[in-house]
Amino acid sequence: MATHWSQHLHALFKQQNIRQVSFVPDAGHTALIKLCEADGVMRAVRLTTEEEGIALAVGAWLGGDKSVLLMQSSGVGNCINMLSMLSVCQIPLTMLVTMRGDWAEFNPWQVPMGRAVQAVLEEMGVLVNRADREEEILPLAEGALRLAFNTLRPTAVLIGQRLLGAKTFDQ
Amino acid sequence: MTAGMQSSPKLQRRAVVRALLADRGNLLVIAGLGAPAWDATEAGDHALNFPLWGGMGGAAAIGLGLALAQPDRRVLVLTGDGELLMGMGSLATIGVQRPRNLALVVLDNEHYGETGMQPSHTKFGVDLVSCATACGFAASTLVTTMQQVTALRADIYRAGGPLFAQIKIAADKLPLVLPPRDGTHLKNRFREALFGKDAYFQR
Repeated sequence: MATHWSQHLHALFKQQNIRQVSFVPDAGHTALIKLCEADGVMRAVRLTTEEEGIALAVGAWLGGDKSVLLMQSSGVGNCINMLSMLSVCQIPLTMLVTMRGDWAEFNPWQVPMGRAVQAVLEEMGVLVNRADREEEILPLAEGALRLAFNTLRPTAVLIGQRLLGAKTFDQ
Repeated sequence: MTAGMQSSPKLQRRAVVRALLADRGNLLVIAGLGAPAWDATEAGDHALNFPLWGGMGGAAAIGLGLALAQPDRRVLVLTGDGELLMGMGSLATIGVQRPRNLALVVLDNEHYGETGMQPSHTKFGVDLVSCATACGFAASTLVTTMQQVTALRADIYRAGGPLFAQIKIAADKLPLVLPPRDGTHLKNRFREALFGKDAYFQR
C-alpha cells in the first residue's frame, strides 16, 4: 500500500488550512486517516455514514472551517440528497473518493456504485477529476481544494482502484 | 414519570422555543426543516439562525461541524423527531467527538408535520433520550414541563455538553412563519455576522 501520497495529502491539507477531516474508514485512506487523527490542529471526525460528512461540512463552513471528506465510492451513494445543500447554499467541500468496482473487483456488490459514482456526483453539481496514476493524486487534490474554496463549489477526486490495489479477500 | 403523565397536556412548541431563545446573546442556532424552522423564525429571525429547508437528517451533524469550528460559542440544534430519526447515527458521531458547546434539542410532536401528520417512531415509544445517553452525550433529558424548559435553557448557555433533550410537544399545526429560503443568503448572513466582510475573503 502506498503511504507516500498520503503524507503529501496530509501536508497539502495543512498548507490549505483544512480544519475538519471526516471519514468512514476505508482501506485506501488508512494512512491518511492516521495522519489526520494524529494531527493536533486538524479534527478528524469518524462518521457512521458518509452523508454526515456533507452536513458536517455545512456546519464547519458556517463557522469558518474548511473541511475534507474521505470516503469509498460506495459511500458516495449515501450522500446524494445531502449534496443538495452544497450547491443550494454555495458551500465548498472537497471529497477524496477511493474507488471500488472499477478494476479487478472481487465483490459484485461494489460494482454498481463504482460505475455510478462520477455521474451521480456530477448530477449533484460536484466537479469531478480522476487519478489513475500515483503522480496525478497530489496535483488533482490541490486543484480540487483550490477550486472548491475559491469558487465555493463541491469538488471530488476519484482515486482509481488499480492505483490502490484491489482487495482480494484472499482469493 | 407518574401514571397520569401521558394524559396531561403537551407543551406548546412556540412557547417552548421562545423560552429557549430568549436573551440569546451569542448563541448560534441550527433549525431543522419544517416546524422547528418556523418556530425559530417566529421567536425572531436572526442572522445567526440557519434554518434548514432540506438535508433532512443532517441538522445534528451540521451543529457538530459548527460547534467544532466555533469552540468558544454555544451552538443549539433545534429539530424535530422525524428529522433526528433520519440521522440517528449522528448521535454516535457527536458522542465520540464530545463537543462541550453543543446542545441538541428535539421538539417531539411524535409526527411528521410537513407531510400530513403521520405518526413517527417516537409515537410508538422510541426513546431518543436513552439513545443519546447510550451514544455518549454528557446529559440527556426528557422534558415535559415549562419548568424543565427553563432549566434546559440555562444548561444550553452554560453546562458542559454535548447536551440532549427530547421535549414532548403538542402536535398542533400552527401558522407558518417562514424564514428566508435562499441558501446562499442564509449562509452569507451567518458568516458575515461571525466574521464581518472577512467572510468573503477567507483563505
